[in-house]
Amino acid sequence: MIATQLLYVGCGILLLILGLWSFLVHPPLLRKLIAINVMGAGVFHILVAIAYRGIDTPPDPVPHALVLTGIVVAVSATALALAFGQRLDRDDDR
Amino acid sequence: MSLDTLLPIAIVSSSLIPGLLIFLLKEESHRLRTLLNMSGALVKLALVVWLILGVYRGQVFESRWTLAPGLELVLSADALSVLFVALSTLLWVVTTVYAIGYLEGEPNRSRFFGFFSICVSATVGIALSGNLLTFVIFYEILTLATYPLVAHRGTPDAARGAKVYLAYTMSGGAVLLIGAIWLQSLVGPVTFTQGGILADAPEALRPSLIVIFFVLLAGLGVKAALVPFHGWLPQAMVAPAPVSALLHAVAVVKAGAFGIIRVVYDVYGVEFAHANGLLFAVGILASITILYGSVKALTQDSLKKRLAYSTVSQVSYIALGASIFGPIATIGGVVHLVHQGVMKITLFFCAGNYAETLGIHKVSEMDGVGRRMPWTSLAFTLGALGMIGVPPVAGFISKWYLGLGAAGSGANWVLLILVLSSLLNAAYFLPILFRAWFRPEPRSWPNEHVRSGRFETSGALLWPPVITAGLALAAGVFASAPFTPLEWAALIAEREYGR
Amino acid sequence: MIDSLVLAILAPLLGAVAVTLLPSQAPRLGLAAAVLAAAAGLSVTAGVWTNGVLRSELGGWGVPLAIALQADGLSAALLGMSSLVALSVSLYAVGYFKPSADGEPTADDATARHFWPLWLLLWSALNALFLAGDLFNLYVTLELLGLSAAALGALTGSREAVEANLRYLLVGLLGSLIYLLGVALIYTAYGVLDIGLLAEIVTPGPVAATAMALMLGGLMLKAALFPLHFWLPPAHANAPAPVSAALSALVVKAAFYLVLRLWLDLFGPITPLSAANLLGVLGAAAILWGSWRALRAERLKLLAAYSTVAQMGYLFIGFPLIAAAAPGPARDNLIAAVVLLALTHGFAKAGLFLAAGMVKKTAGHDRIDDLGGAAQALPAATFTIGLAGVALIGLPPSGTFVAKWIMLEQSLIMGHWWWVPVIMLGTLLAIGYVFRVLSRAFNREPTPYRFVSDARAEVPALLLGALAAGVLGLAAQPLWTLLLHGVIG
Repeated sequence: MIATQLLYVGCGILLLILGLWSFLVHPPLLRKLIAINVMGAGVFHILVAIAYRGIDTPPDPVPHALVLTGIVVAVSATALALAFGQRLDRDDDR
Repeated sequence: MSLDTLLPIAIVSSSLIPGLLIFLLKEESHRLRTLLNMSGALVKLALVVWLILGVYRGQVFESRWTLAPGLELVLSADALSVLFVALSTLLWVVTTVYAIGYLEGEPNRSRFFGFFSICVSATVGIALSGNLLTFVIFYEILTLATYPLVAHRGTPDAARGAKVYLAYTMSGGAVLLIGAIWLQSLVGPVTFTQGGILADAPEALRPSLIVIFFVLLAGLGVKAALVPFHGWLPQAMVAPAPVSALLHAVAVVKAGAFGIIRVVYDVYGVEFAHANGLLFAVGILASITILYGSVKALTQDSLKKRLAYSTVSQVSYIALGASIFGPIATIGGVVHLVHQGVMKITLFFCAGNYAETLGIHKVSEMDGVGRRMPWTSLAFTLGALGMIGVPPVAGFISKWYLGLGAAGSGANWVLLILVLSSLLNAAYFLPILFRAWFRPEPRSWPNEHVRSGRFETSGALLWPPVITAGLALAAGVFASAPFTPLEWAALIAEREYGR
Repeated sequence: MIDSLVLAILAPLLGAVAVTLLPSQAPRLGLAAAVLAAAAGLSVTAGVWTNGVLRSELGGWGVPLAIALQADGLSAALLGMSSLVALSVSLYAVGYFKPSADGEPTADDATARHFWPLWLLLWSALNALFLAGDLFNLYVTLELLGLSAAALGALTGSREAVEANLRYLLVGLLGSLIYLLGVALIYTAYGVLDIGLLAEIVTPGPVAATAMALMLGGLMLKAALFPLHFWLPPAHANAPAPVSAALSALVVKAAFYLVLRLWLDLFGPITPLSAANLLGVLGAAAILWGSWRALRAERLKLLAAYSTVAQMGYLFIGFPLIAAAAPGPARDNLIAAVVLLALTHGFAKAGLFLAAGMVKKTAGHDRIDDLGGAAQALPAATFTIGLAGVALIGLPPSGTFVAKWIMLEQSLIMGHWWWVPVIMLGTLLAIGYVFRVLSRAFNREPTPYRFVSDARAEVPALLLGALAAGVLGLAAQPLWTLLLHGVIG
């Protein structure tokens, strides 16, 4: 099913480019954060597509491990960034 | 490791280690600081005597240390390095005594003496450098260690002087570095070798080598205060008197002049330099500097500034000696390295004494000072007469050999320079002597401190100039005795010209 | 017996857990973990020195599935440097984050409580990064390092610090994702991630070129190579002093280490010279721009941060030189020179930031023009700034001097003379910015009573400065011996 694999890779690249564009163009923190997560999703899509080795063969575990780690990292980074953002907002309110 | 390989390192460390320890001392530990200072100075002196005797007998002292592949730190003692080592060690002992007296009761003495000791270690390192890399390393360390001394007083003037000093010497250091690396990239590691290392250099490299010579000369010329790189020297006069003495007589200016001698004789080789017109270029530059410095000195009323311009002029005799092809002039140039040091340090000590005791900073304030401070003025007079070239003071010997060498090699124009400059020397020194001895004392001195009941000023300030003046006289009177600077310079010239 | 490679990662990690569980004992436990971690790190360096390349596999699956740890000469050199720097930073931090005297909890206490776990986590990530042998582990450690660094940088909680580190976090994240994309590409093409295995099968072509561009591009962001350096100065200048020291000396150095490792092991042989030249040109721009901004900086810590931008530039100038040199002693010397430069900068910049922290605490600010009194009252701190300055300028006998000499000499031998004016101009600018600070120390303030006033803070900084300004230059030769294990020769 090469077509599915290509579709996945294509989607991944599209998400990546959308995310990158949005990250570079939009100054608000939340938009940047969402953008970088979209970008991450793009990279993960590509990795998942790579892992596919045909319908009968189990997928390659290495890219899956990469994706899982990547997700964990993205979540923690997003949390930290949000904490920073909250801190800045609180300063603004005072 | 035998003792022969350790001696050069020991000579450098004998002032470095006390210097580093002094930094750690509490400000009020005067005794311990003085003890460290003096024991370092005396140990170094003893080691240098050992070195002199060994080198005279032809013994080889060499320490090597690999920094990285192809980069070796080499400390070794040949006749020329011994001359410079002996000069700086001897004068350091005297200057240390003087500085202890001079800075009594002043702030930040631990910092001062720490850098002071590092400064002398760097100078001795320069003297003992066995290759160009080692020379560059100690040359830069010397710049670093002298900056805090020039800035020591902390006044806006001192800050300005130190900034100018730093800008000149660091730029000079950068130029020297480029020259050294460029040369090494063409011919490999540059070891100082009697007769030079470029005699067999391929013909194709010649244009580059000539350019590099001038790059090196510019880098060294900054410290040697060759015109047009001399601008820092009068500015650096804001430093305390012992520092000026150190800059002018022992360390900085001498390091530049010594470097020029090394590059001419032991890197390029006097034959190569002569054949390619390099000597002539050095001669012209030195002559311009000699005349320019003297003319500028004429118009200075500030005593230290007059002395500073006099240094600009006098140090170039060393370069002049190196620029004349022939062993006699070489003797004149090399021996002046020592003679100028001894005479100039005397003059600066005396200037410091006048300032500290009577508050005199200007030539126009010196009327009758000879009667008030006879010993200091006598020392000053000896130094000044020596600078002019009056026999039998040491300066006469230098000029005599320079003139003889110039005449012998057909460079008659050099004689003209010598006569002119001696006239100018007389024109700016004799009026000072006249004022000091023959004008009446003023009713009050600008700012008088009584430093001692027994002498005209405190002993630590008085003895150093008296001793160095005595040395300047002795170097002239007993010039042909063994182990005098002259005899040693003759030994160097003999080895350089291989005769 | 536990493997020293594993221990180098585990010791700070367990320390981080311990200080999280027992926050009241944080300084004591943290220091114990620091000593242990530094000892483990240095024992790896010693092990490589005596036994050559060390390898160990976690999990027992064997390549390519296991987590492979590997230490060659390059890892060992950086690990040794970072162990010493991190130990000094830890010692310094104990005094820096002192609990308030009256026992009342203050904002500083919160900072102190958060410092130790994050710092030990960062250390663990750093050691893991130096020891990781495959692209995936490198990605994980790089992320951990970035996260903990951003959190540490924002510890003071001031607006500037949080803003700067938010930017740092996002930029770092972007860099990591780009790097990960490159990794994905490599994996698609070659099916392995172990650097050693990859090196045998990677071939020149569009895939390798794109992967390299992506991976190096991402890392350049993290290494703050001009013009991607914009995030660094505010982030490093606004962190607490020990954190600034770690960020500037170690964290950016880790990204550079990765670039160097990928270049030497993977991409160097298959890359056109033009790519190396591009890195060199960016490095040159970094030197000039960073030094110039350092010269104009009003605050001491900002000056130090811009100087980091400039010093990273020197490291990247190494690539075109290494790429142009024929294999043999010349190339080996250049590689060693670049590593020596990185090590010296690590020591010097850490010492500089620690000393700057002392001065800032005493003066209450770090505006250079008004620092006179504090600088003169703290001779040891000022002396440290001087020693670090000697190394940043590249004056002898610092390691930088030896490294620059080699780089300049090779530039001239190869006829690439254009690097000479860049390096020299950077040097002159560095003289300018270093002495702008040092000249403040000479003024007419009262004489300080003694040289060292707070030994626990000043001695580590002083030793770092002395290592950079003296020891590394005079004793650079062992680095060559160390790098013989798997890097040069």
